[in-house]
Amino acid sequence: MPTERRLESIKLALPKGKLLSATACLLNHIGLEFKNYTQATRVYRLQSAELPHVSAKIFQEKDIPIQVAVGNYDFGICGLDWIEELLAKYPSSALVKIADLEYDKGNLYLAASQYGDIDFQEMSVRQENWRIVTEYPNLAEAAALNLRLRRFHVFPVWGAAEAYPPENADLALLLTKGETSIKELNLLPLKTLLSTSAFLIANKESWQTKDISQIINYFKLGLEMQSKPWLEINPKRIKSHNGFRYEPDGEKIWLAVPDGHQQGPALKFLTQAGIEIEGYAGDVVYRRPSCNLDWVNVKVIRPQDMPLQVANGNFDLAVTGKDWLLDHLSRFPTSPATELVELGFGKVKVVAVVTQNTPANNIDDLKQIQAGKMQRLRVASEYVNIADKYLHDNHVRWYKMIPTWGASEALLPEDADLLIENTQTGKTLAEHKLKVIDTLFESTACLIGNKNSLNNSNKKDRIATMVEIFSKAAKGNIV
Amino acid sequence: MTEQKCKGARDLLPQDTERFRFIEDTFRRSCLSWSYQEVKTPTLEYLHLFTAAGTLTPSMLSKVYSFLDWDGWSGERVALRPDGTIPVARLFIENLAQQEIARLFYVTNVFIFEETGKKNREKWQCGAEFLGNFKPTADIELILLAIEVIRSLRIGNVELKLSHAGLLKALIQELNLAPEEKHALLDQIQDGNWQTLTQTKTSNADINKMLSLLLDLKGKSSGFLENLKALPQISAESKSQLEKFMEITSLLDMLGCRYQIDITSTKGFEYYTGLCFQLSVNQERVGSGGRYDNLIPLIGGSNTPACGFALYLDPLIDMIPPKAQENTEKKVLIRIKSITPNVVKTGFQIAQSFREVGYIAELDFNNRKPNYRWVITVEDKLSTFTITDQTKNLNKELSSISDAIKMLGGSV
Repeated sequence: MPTERRLESIKLALPKGKLLSATACLLNHIGLEFKNYTQATRVYRLQSAELPHVSAKIFQEKDIPIQVAVGNYDFGICGLDWIEELLAKYPSSALVKIADLEYDKGNLYLAASQYGDIDFQEMSVRQENWRIVTEYPNLAEAAALNLRLRRFHVFPVWGAAEAYPPENADLALLLTKGETSIKELNLLPLKTLLSTSAFLIANKESWQTKDISQIINYFKLGLEMQSKPWLEINPKRIKSHNGFRYEPDGEKIWLAVPDGHQQGPALKFLTQAGIEIEGYAGDVVYRRPSCNLDWVNVKVIRPQDMPLQVANGNFDLAVTGKDWLLDHLSRFPTSPATELVELGFGKVKVVAVVTQNTPANNIDDLKQIQAGKMQRLRVASEYVNIADKYLHDNHVRWYKMIPTWGASEALLPEDADLLIENTQTGKTLAEHKLKVIDTLFESTACLIGNKNSLNNSNKKDRIATMVEIFSKAAKGNIV
Repeated sequence: MTEQKCKGARDLLPQDTERFRFIEDTFRRSCLSWSYQEVKTPTLEYLHLFTAAGTLTPSMLSKVYSFLDWDGWSGERVALRPDGTIPVARLFIENLAQQEIARLFYVTNVFIFEETGKKNREKWQCGAEFLGNFKPTADIELILLAIEVIRSLRIGNVELKLSHAGLLKALIQELNLAPEEKHALLDQIQDGNWQTLTQTKTSNADINKMLSLLLDLKGKSSGFLENLKALPQISAESKSQLEKFMEITSLLDMLGCRYQIDITSTKGFEYYTGLCFQLSVNQERVGSGGRYDNLIPLIGGSNTPACGFALYLDPLIDMIPPKAQENTEKKVLIRIKSITPNVVKTGFQIAQSFREVGYIAELDFNNRKPNYRWVITVEDKLSTFTITDQTKNLNKELSSISDAIKMLGGSV
């Protein structure tokens, strides 16, 4: 009796964020639609509308090449920039680039500030210590080696690389649409490292051993279509503005304030404190807003990046979260970055999380369960250093750390066993059927500074004045 | 049990370590007798020591184990030393630069990532460096020292191949490439892809012809270089490099040292500026060296000519035959029958006395049966102990340790 061929299950890793709309449009047009794959979605696990054996999960774009390379997913869609970032460090990653999907085009530039004085031809000869700021540390290191820079430091950042040169970095490696957009950021492109666009990638093992041609054919159909409406979709990017007049002034103090979720509460706090920052409110992020205190320079950067920047003396003060300061200090215990004032807003708990059906109520239970499994505990976190320390402190010996860039809830239970995450109310965790088994600490926004610059430097009086302004305003917030 | 050893790591078992020590001791003895002094450099160095132009190629650098230290918030990376020479050059600059010359040697491990994990990622080297001497006699000294060490290891069939980085770089200069192209080409050939050199398109057909001649021919003597020099198309700089090369080969000819000229024999000569040499045994590379006159100024020292070599311990260990038979003559087993304090004390005293006169004395509490000739048994009867000659199956009761030592043929 003829039997119907059972199709092997196929899993896709799909991007959230800027690639989502164009990717969803492409999938709908080629007949590979996933319900709920929309910007507004609250679910991470998706099912193909037509093909019962095809499922998908939504990830941060940056996580996708890794998820596909380790074999958790057969296919993934993400920018070529993140694929190359992985391959720069791990050239033998099990990835196959299947097709250029042609949308979200851009270039990765090595760029310097237009106010700096950098001659590309002479870079390898100069004895300088080149500071390179980037979201792509592996590509930056490879580029620096290929350019034969004699000495260089790569500062990995979570974002806003354009804000650093010339004062806080010599070079930035960053992605923009083209030369016009990079020049709008007041940067001069020195070298184009890569032209990028969205790519379809496959796991090498799946490619070699599994029949995945059906899915490839769907995409082939799309690439051959006459009209490609997904190419017309302009991805939603955070609008960033980096215009400024460069005036080197060694006396002014540098204050870093956060973009993203903390921007609203930080703005409110600063207003209460009498610090007015023009250009900090509104949809467009002005990376260098002006401040009513003329002895203060302000930059708007990612809060995750602040402790490292403060430790290096690039900023004298910064408004960030205690969580990010602790993550930094767990990695660099002798760092001079230190908490100065607790600001009282932005309260979150940093917690250890498992799925609700894990029969564990604390970390010891989880250790017991894991011991029976003969498998390494898979731990995912944005806070890799805090997570490492937590596991060491609890004598968890055999684990694997999966660094993530947000949306970690999606990883449980298929791709991780334990999350170290922050939560405000616990609502999102409950929605994803997760539960908290331990609270590591409570985090709030805080003002941080550099121990060394507090004590010496010609700026110490100004720093002290600023700390006092923050302390006074914070008193009302701390309950 | 699943294997817990890191990929690309090697355990040296007792018999391997014995051969390792044999090579190390032989190398040390030779170096000391040639008036070289031993140094040790730290395992960790700042990465920038190796990124300075002209030290390591980008492809080598991408295989360096580097990381941020616990205080590395400034982004300053540290590296597990990927090379033995560069740290010694740094040591020289920081400590010995006032000396006119320095002859230094070391036995060290170096760390380079290897993708398959089937070859060693941690490698051991015996290296010697002669700093402060620009004369060809320094190159010769090192070649002869390296060969002497290998011969002292009783390994035959050492082959010496010569190349010349100065000549090669002068020829590449003649291709008139843009700086970026030149770097790329150098990187390629340093990784051993010599064909890229002949494939490089150049307007100068003469140079191309020269290059293929140079790459294809494998000459055995300096006559070969003489012929090259006679070619009409050769430039002044290349000619002067050829002359330097010939100075060394004619000295080797005179000393009766056999060699083969093979320009392609050298890989990763990034910091070499003059003669490069390769040593191999039955086609396996066991050592290499060369002249690196620019390295010390590149990493911040004053103009100091230098040359050196390294022998590779890992292949050499496998070439040393294991000792056929363990020497059991100078070994004695002290068997302790009960662990009452006095018996144990006597046992330890006897063992100590034997060690003092050059024996290996093994204490036994478990009634072990090793194939030692001599076994001394200490029992509760404290005034005496029994000595057994296992080869003759003889037992004798003794009460004095010095009698026992005499009986074994030692002198007290």
